[in-house]
Amino acid sequence: MTAPPADILANPRLAQWIGVAADGRLRLSIGKVELGQGAVTAIAAIAAAELRLALDDLVVVAGDTARAPDEGMTAGSMSIEQGGAAARWAAAAAREIFAKAAAARFGCAVADLRIDEGRFSAPQRNESLGYGDLAGEVDLDCDLRDREAPAMGARMAQTGIARLDLTAKLAGGAFIQDMDLPGLLHGRVLRAPRQNMRLARIDRAAIEALPGVRHVAVDGDFIGLVAGREDEAERAAAAARRHIEWRGEETPALDDENAWMDSVAAVSVTTLVDEGVGAGAAQRIEAVYSRPWIAHASIGPSTAIAEWRDGALTVWTHSQGVYPLRAALARALEAAPDKIRVVHAMGAGCYGHNGADDVALDAALLARAAGAPVRCQWSRADELAWSPFGAPMRMKLSAALDSQGRIVEWTHEVSSPPHVARPGFGEGVNLLAAAQIERAKPPSPPVDFPGPAGAGDRNAIPLYAVGRRRIVHRLLPQWPVRTSALRSLGAHGNIFAIESFMDELAARAGVDPIEFRLAHLTDARARAVVRAAGRLAGWDARDKGGAGEGRGIGFARYKNSGGYCAVVARVEATDKIAVTHAYAAVDCGAVVHADGLRNQIEGGIVQAASWTLKEAARFAPDGPVAQSWADYPILNFSECPEIHVEFLEPDGAPSLGGGECAAGPTAAAIANALAHALGLRVRNMPLTPDRIRKTIETQ
Amino acid sequence: MQAARTIEFSVNGAPVSAEAAGSSLLAVLRGDLRLRGARFGCGEGHCGACTVIVNGRAVQACQTPIWSLAGADVRTIEAAAADSLVAHVRKVFIEEQAAQCGYCTNGVIMTLAALLAADRTPARRDILAVLDERHLCRCGAHPRILRAIDRLLNVEAARR
Repeated sequence: MTAPPADILANPRLAQWIGVAADGRLRLSIGKVELGQGAVTAIAAIAAAELRLALDDLVVVAGDTARAPDEGMTAGSMSIEQGGAAARWAAAAAREIFAKAAAARFGCAVADLRIDEGRFSAPQRNESLGYGDLAGEVDLDCDLRDREAPAMGARMAQTGIARLDLTAKLAGGAFIQDMDLPGLLHGRVLRAPRQNMRLARIDRAAIEALPGVRHVAVDGDFIGLVAGREDEAERAAAAARRHIEWRGEETPALDDENAWMDSVAAVSVTTLVDEGVGAGAAQRIEAVYSRPWIAHASIGPSTAIAEWRDGALTVWTHSQGVYPLRAALARALEAAPDKIRVVHAMGAGCYGHNGADDVALDAALLARAAGAPVRCQWSRADELAWSPFGAPMRMKLSAALDSQGRIVEWTHEVSSPPHVARPGFGEGVNLLAAAQIERAKPPSPPVDFPGPAGAGDRNAIPLYAVGRRRIVHRLLPQWPVRTSALRSLGAHGNIFAIESFMDELAARAGVDPIEFRLAHLTDARARAVVRAAGRLAGWDARDKGGAGEGRGIGFARYKNSGGYCAVVARVEATDKIAVTHAYAAVDCGAVVHADGLRNQIEGGIVQAASWTLKEAARFAPDGPVAQSWADYPILNFSECPEIHVEFLEPDGAPSLGGGECAAGPTAAAIANALAHALGLRVRNMPLTPDRIRKTIETQ
Repeated sequence: MQAARTIEFSVNGAPVSAEAAGSSLLAVLRGDLRLRGARFGCGEGHCGACTVIVNGRAVQACQTPIWSLAGADVRTIEAAAADSLVAHVRKVFIEEQAAQCGYCTNGVIMTLAALLAADRTPARRDILAVLDERHLCRCGAHPRILRAIDRLLNVEAARR
């Protein structure tokens, strides 16, 4: 008997997942949420297929501590694998229960029923019954754990599914930023220029006298104001800054992450793998790679709405995890968790831990001070300077090749501050304002996910057969800026390093990069995507390179347990570096929603190209340098490569998530294509013309 | 105290009056008129999420003061019900699923509608130059947006 999915074990009552809505349609409640990635549509499509129901006939509730199961975070490319499996399990159980009720009504055997478009019918009977018609005859409050796993049903249609959320978004609403409540006021938080500062002086009366200001909240170092209109709040926030003085040490200037990573001692050192024997080493090679701090830089500012009523708090948030956020809010506010309801509302694209959770506490504090519902929205500068950053990384690799050019020893030492500082990780309260209020609750000391998925060490273990492996993770301190989860965590840097190094080794061995990878890969699915990406890109026609045009490959299996992805990039390097094409071969098992997965792969490639080519967050003594998009360029439309994606779906392979699998392979493919184009290896991201010049100078 | 000067203009065909001083068009659209399709992204004219059409030209509503709008004809994504070109561009975007999170998309749609209204067959590279200058997308929905643009251009070319 197959064990139920983990999310079913955690939420074992069917009524937690499925019910009948007031209009007679079935309601699916899920704990995974829509972050702009299309996951809710895909999970609903899985359930609808199991229920033999049109997707539109399902009412979906996603992320609500009062009305939806606890599925933890929507993160780590696990929505389809975990959330989809759980929804399918619950839907199959519901269909069976409704089928029994329908059979009883018809006086026939369950086996004789037909179900089509959500309606049950029986032989020789003219009428049909929908789920809503049977609502009074079913008991959905039953245990889901002692059930047989649902048989693989009819294969669902993967195509022609439109995103459930998109049509409303391409109109006048749908986002948390667009929400309204009766009597809603508008709040702004007035944060210090940087993270280690304390309030020195505030002229509260002067701020209270600003036009439109109704309330000023001062709680320790947390300062905010509330106005009746949003534009009043905005103007007052700008004017209020001259009435506040902050004090605090300057932070070190961090314009070179490598110097910083050299200068700090590790908090902990973990050796992940140390096994096998290395025999017959003929030559040794080593190289050091890095990536900088990367800004989360969501296109929409973090926003939350909070309302206190009779001592109970409701918060609307675009957080990735309503339950972990509720627990953190309860600790920060010294309230009982059952007095707090956290409801997900859609925000702009989320690629990990951004400001969503922090602004939820901001809104709760301002609403409490105002005695009215408050919508709090961060500024663009807050978004760039106060959202957690993707952590810098340094990867020291060394390997030995034998006389046949095979890898016989491999060492990968990755140094990086935490990639996880979300609410719910560690002992502390990981919400910005929690450390700023008078009754401060400090954040957790630096921690990272344990293996095998890992965080800073995610994908540090190569999938290749490399003889003796030594993989070391040096966790650096969480300072001077907060770092946390950014799409793919350490996989972006680790795969960039491993796959760059594989090309460097292949060159030493005198073997074509694809052939060299295949010679060290035994996993058939890995081999298949590497070959397919090469075929898509016309790899056989790859020339010797060095003439300003190049092609390079990058491959990984995300977390070594998720989706397989190989990317070939084509690069033109003249006075600037252009990625003209990207060819991706992806195996995420059975595809649920083909266009949704394609969207994730395309977006993953474009975003990773942006990180890899352009992005680095820098810090001056007085705080983060980037306070506006003008200081933090990202990939634009004309820089976007032409992208070709092909899915490989081995028979019977279960569905895996695809949101993050392209990041590392894309970074490496670009680096390798650039090396092919120039005959020059750039090992430090971002791969800018300036970096190329510096690389030439140091050679 | 001097009486506040009011400016008369129209939004999606309906007459509107607003105080001249202080507010941006975006604040009036979102706050007073409760038209939430133009979105605040940066407030600095970089990201284009707030783009609307004023007198046929795409403008960033966060950078457009009310005093500049006397007699102006303002169109927002909510005009799709009445404005056939906005509706057409929006429909192609939905058919192409040309978005990921969708936050920046309405602004891109309004820019394209304005470009197509001014010139039925703009050059693709000119469109890209405008998008580079005025719009940001963080999700990487660019390939889909470009597919939607190609479809719009082919359709427009075929109409000639």
